[in-house]
Amino acid sequence: MSEDQKLGFTPNEMMTIAASRALKNDDVCFVGIGAPSAACNVARLTHAPDITLIYESGTIGTAPDVLPLSIGDGELCETAVTTVAVPEMFRYWLQGGRISIGFLGAAQLDKFGNINTTVIGDYAHPKTRLPGGGGAPEIATSSREVYITMAQSKRGMVETIDFFTSFGHGEGGDHRKRLGIDTAGPTLLITDLAVWKPDPVTKEFTVVSLHPGVSREQVQATCGWTVKFAEALDETPAPSELELTTLRDLQARTKAAHEGTAKEKAA
Amino acid sequence: MVQFLPLNQAVAENLHDGDTVAFEGFTHLIPTAAAHEAIRQGFRNLTLIRMTPDLIYDQMIGMGMARKIIFSYVGNPGVGLLRRARDAIENGFPRAIEVEEHSHAGMANAYEAGAAGLPCAVFRGYRGAGLASVNPNIRSVTCPFTGEVLAAVPAIRPDVSFIHAQKADRKGNVLVEGIIGIQKEAVLAAKRAVVTVEEVVDSFDDLHPNLTVLPRWTIAAISVVPGGSHPSYTHGYYVRDNAAYLEWDEIAADRERFQAWMQANVIDSTAGDFAARVEHLRPAA
Repeated sequence: MSEDQKLGFTPNEMMTIAASRALKNDDVCFVGIGAPSAACNVARLTHAPDITLIYESGTIGTAPDVLPLSIGDGELCETAVTTVAVPEMFRYWLQGGRISIGFLGAAQLDKFGNINTTVIGDYAHPKTRLPGGGGAPEIATSSREVYITMAQSKRGMVETIDFFTSFGHGEGGDHRKRLGIDTAGPTLLITDLAVWKPDPVTKEFTVVSLHPGVSREQVQATCGWTVKFAEALDETPAPSELELTTLRDLQARTKAAHEGTAKEKAA
Repeated sequence: MVQFLPLNQAVAENLHDGDTVAFEGFTHLIPTAAAHEAIRQGFRNLTLIRMTPDLIYDQMIGMGMARKIIFSYVGNPGVGLLRRARDAIENGFPRAIEVEEHSHAGMANAYEAGAAGLPCAVFRGYRGAGLASVNPNIRSVTCPFTGEVLAAVPAIRPDVSFIHAQKADRKGNVLVEGIIGIQKEAVLAAKRAVVTVEEVVDSFDDLHPNLTVLPRWTIAAISVVPGGSHPSYTHGYYVRDNAAYLEWDEIAADRERFQAWMQANVIDSTAGDFAARVEHLRPAA
């Protein structure tokens, strides 16, 4: 019997559900695609039915039945309270200070919550050219708080990132303030193994809760920096039946919808 | 004054070698048919502007048409990387391209400044962002009233912008609905604009007064191309072909497979082929 079977859920499911729990019913959340999108919609379908989900394509207050493949799927617009133009999205809604949580994923992350999604290697001569920042550089500085979610790996969680796509806490401490950034920045990191929060002074991400069945050694083995653990370390509550069913149903609907077009095409 | 033209003529009359051109569509209403026509006509040394240069710029870059790209997200939305663009940036294949990279906020503000006839855009952005140190077009200004230091980027003023839209009326006014993205700003910022539409209707008299309508005198040419945004979508007409975006990841991964696909689906194809490509993506009547 595998570890997942014993627990009854996978590390990725635990990550998505732990991330969903961080969102509140009155949050206005700017949603990144991928893992953040799943977490935000599980929150909406469980404990936060009135949460406002915003995607950078301009859809405000959207309630998709299936997870979008892109930030601009038609479903987002059809179910939104309103859809605005992209300049308005970034000027009035994000820059205007109306977003409580910016929810981001990361290709590369350091211990101060700085994110790289631009290049691996040198910018001018990259080893791997990644898609880049899109909306993230300003989501990271204009949202009142930033949550980050990603699966742990030594490649992803590194001592030094190759490029500062989205500024977290910089070198730590009051670095944001020194750059004139008056928002809180990354306040929460949810991985497939643990929940992390920044140290109040140094701003270094510290593990505050291990997911069920996860050891400190596992967290360290999949992280490229020396991990700090909180003195009073919690265990993340396991997913409830409702949370798991909601997530799995959402993913099944999503899979059917996205494969649907391929099947019809083949027919 | 706007002209209704076949797409090959609209492209030939409005796009030239060396132009700075935007084919816009923020994941919706992407002018794929217009981009494919530009590929067939074989333009060279283009500066390609787009917030989200997805499949069509991957294709144009892979065909060696671009000298430079100006963008804010060079990915296949929801799928991953753009492999032809990567090959050009990482390996200079089929030719090296110059890169000017912004954030979405930077690009959106720059388009808006272009539409507003301003020389630059001013906004609160790029704080702590690495892009500010690699892109010399990201600068700053100090607010004369508060002393706040704000980001400044030059306005985007394309020689020509191409967009796709739902419909035109017989006079040539154009309606854009759904995720309107940056369509209006791309048209108003450009010296010339070419619009492909799903259909032409008699009049817009019964439309709600606050919809996004581009008056006919803001557009140089309109071409009727049903399905013209496939594999993107046109709200109200057909849905996004997510499977095609997933499939592109495999096609573009290999230089030869890419060339073969381009030959079969673009070079040996016409604008008239788009309607059949969206047939299975239209909602059941």
